[in-house]
Amino acid sequence: MTDPQSVPGAPAIEVHDLTVAYRTQPVLWDVDLQLPEGRLIAIVGPNGAGKSTLLKAMLGLVTPVTGWVQIFGEPYARRRSWVGYVPQRESVDWDFPTSALDVVTMGLYGRIGWLRRPQKHHRETALACLEKVGMADFARRQISQLSGGQQQRVFLARALAQDARLYLMDEPFAGVDATTERAILALLQELRATGRTVVAVHHDLQTVAEYFDHVALLNMRLVAAGPVATTFTAENLQRTYGGRLTVLTQATEALLQKRTAEIPPDLGVKPAGGTPWT
Amino acid sequence: MDLSFGLSYTARNVLIGATLLGALGGLMGSFALLRRQSLLGDALAHAALPGVCLGFLLTGSKAPLPLFAGALVAGLLGALLILTTVRWSRLTEDAAIGIVLSVFFGCGIVLLTHIQKLPGGNQSGLDKYLFGQAATLVVEDLVVMAVLGGIVALAVLAFYKELKLLAFDPGFGASLGLPMKRLEVLLTLLLVVVVVVGLQTVGVVLIVATLITPAAAARQWTDRLGSMVLLAAAIGALAGVAGSLASAVVPRLPTGPVIVLVSSCVLLTSLLFAPRRGLLQAFLRERAVGARIRRENLLKDLYLQGERSGSWTEAISWTHLMGVRGQGSRELDHTARALADEGLVERTDDSLRLTPDGLCAAESMVRKHRLWEVYLTRRLELPSDHVHRDAEAMEHALTDRAVEALDALLDFPATDPHGRAIPRRRAA
Repeated sequence: MTDPQSVPGAPAIEVHDLTVAYRTQPVLWDVDLQLPEGRLIAIVGPNGAGKSTLLKAMLGLVTPVTGWVQIFGEPYARRRSWVGYVPQRESVDWDFPTSALDVVTMGLYGRIGWLRRPQKHHRETALACLEKVGMADFARRQISQLSGGQQQRVFLARALAQDARLYLMDEPFAGVDATTERAILALLQELRATGRTVVAVHHDLQTVAEYFDHVALLNMRLVAAGPVATTFTAENLQRTYGGRLTVLTQATEALLQKRTAEIPPDLGVKPAGGTPWT
Repeated sequence: MDLSFGLSYTARNVLIGATLLGALGGLMGSFALLRRQSLLGDALAHAALPGVCLGFLLTGSKAPLPLFAGALVAGLLGALLILTTVRWSRLTEDAAIGIVLSVFFGCGIVLLTHIQKLPGGNQSGLDKYLFGQAATLVVEDLVVMAVLGGIVALAVLAFYKELKLLAFDPGFGASLGLPMKRLEVLLTLLLVVVVVVGLQTVGVVLIVATLITPAAAARQWTDRLGSMVLLAAAIGALAGVAGSLASAVVPRLPTGPVIVLVSSCVLLTSLLFAPRRGLLQAFLRERAVGARIRRENLLKDLYLQGERSGSWTEAISWTHLMGVRGQGSRELDHTARALADEGLVERTDDSLRLTPDGLCAAESMVRKHRLWEVYLTRRLELPSDHVHRDAEAMEHALTDRAVEALDALLDFPATDPHGRAIPRRRAA
């Protein structure tokens, strides 16, 4: 996929020296990460590892303490129209008075522009996206009358409507039925076939190797990232999910006891970018 | 143009003011309700009171503009304080709302008391802002209300799709590059304007009802935001008309509280009788399901008795059937009558018998029950003495298609885990 605007050779996403904290609680610590274009990439790690936060930092939804993120070689603000986003399904109220088609149309709001209402061709685009996820028959359905899997597919259709080069998805497979899981997987593979990049937070370790090409293992810090075949190893998983976290927890404790509002630049236990703790 | 509608000057002003306010309240209340900020409007109203007092103290006049301006500034300050408290402290939104509401209201009452002790302060009439006194509305007030209301309605219309996204999924909106923070400020600003517009008519204490009640009622009837907003505005306006007319006809009836009572009646009606979300519907649905389950159970009881005696054409006595499930005779009578109406059973004074159609229906129930038992023991490896209760519930939920699929999945078993035959569908 070539584009006159794209920076040649730039990775789909580059994260540099990223630290994110909610109040004094660090969530992500010195993450250095490069994700290649045209792959299906899983972000994997235990609960509270900062997976969603990493996604939000990529989208500019949270402000980092230090570090930066670039999308295809530019800051997110300049690449917004290249990126599609699928938030966690639980992040919205599904009893909201709106239809499936309406939700998908929201993916086009950025393109429709201020002071304009969605036109017929916008709704047709949205309907085509619902069709792609097998939900065209439910277009007029109020969203609370959809099953969890169907709701997830509506969210995916909304991202498809954004017609992006890079899709960031927060747990697209969480709590869906088997049919939806297969449908989502087929969709991801179709996106990859057309040169799109998908970065998805993923919980199910069993399916990582089967579904994804690339994996980033995260537990507040980046443990390892790379092709599934070489990176998704028992040893790396042990480092991600094992007891190593205690060092960081202790550091946080010490930090809280000092009651400093700022995070010291160096606690003496800082990992070199991207490499495991020593 | 004659706008008097045959009413007195005061009554006409009240009618126009209350209708305007009702429509605006419904409009903005819809967004507040959907964003789960129902109490924000209440806090903003209370926060506006000290502004009204300061507006009077600074200008010495009770002309609408300075008082409106004071209320607007104080209301916005309250809103800002709530937003920043939530953002920067560990207090949650409900706590922040409670604090701002009471602190500002306290200040307001202190100032109000101070004003009333000033020479001529008693005549300032500021206490009407507490409970509202629609009768004091003058044409000048109406003009201010109409202009501000028009601005609010236009703003909602202009930013409708962005406000919808703000209410539904602000994170996604931000990822699109829409300024969600600024839109939130705009929405709060519009809410403050509506609250201030309503202070004189309904008062600090009751204004929240004009926001939330019509919106909650409208939500019951529709599943589209657009129609919900319009319907809420219509309900609010209707309550305004009803309240003002009632207070014009009946002496000494306060307008504001009557408006609130009228919209509360609409809400109550909506909660009870709305088609899909109404309580009555839910109750009837539940009762229908209960009745269906009792009918299906009776069919099955008749079948099982026939299975034991070896003949399904035999009539089975009333007393026996009552004993099976410990049913009262009235309940059994009711269920049997429904089945007889469907032509599934034949009834004599003291017995019931399955008709050929009834036998088919009963077989289908027994089949569901026994296939489910087979499924549980084979696939989930549950012991056979644990599966009956579960099948008792599932037999009423399984669809015919699901049962056929289940049958094929289990490779058409001949008997259930207890060794009893699974009835096959008879050739038609």
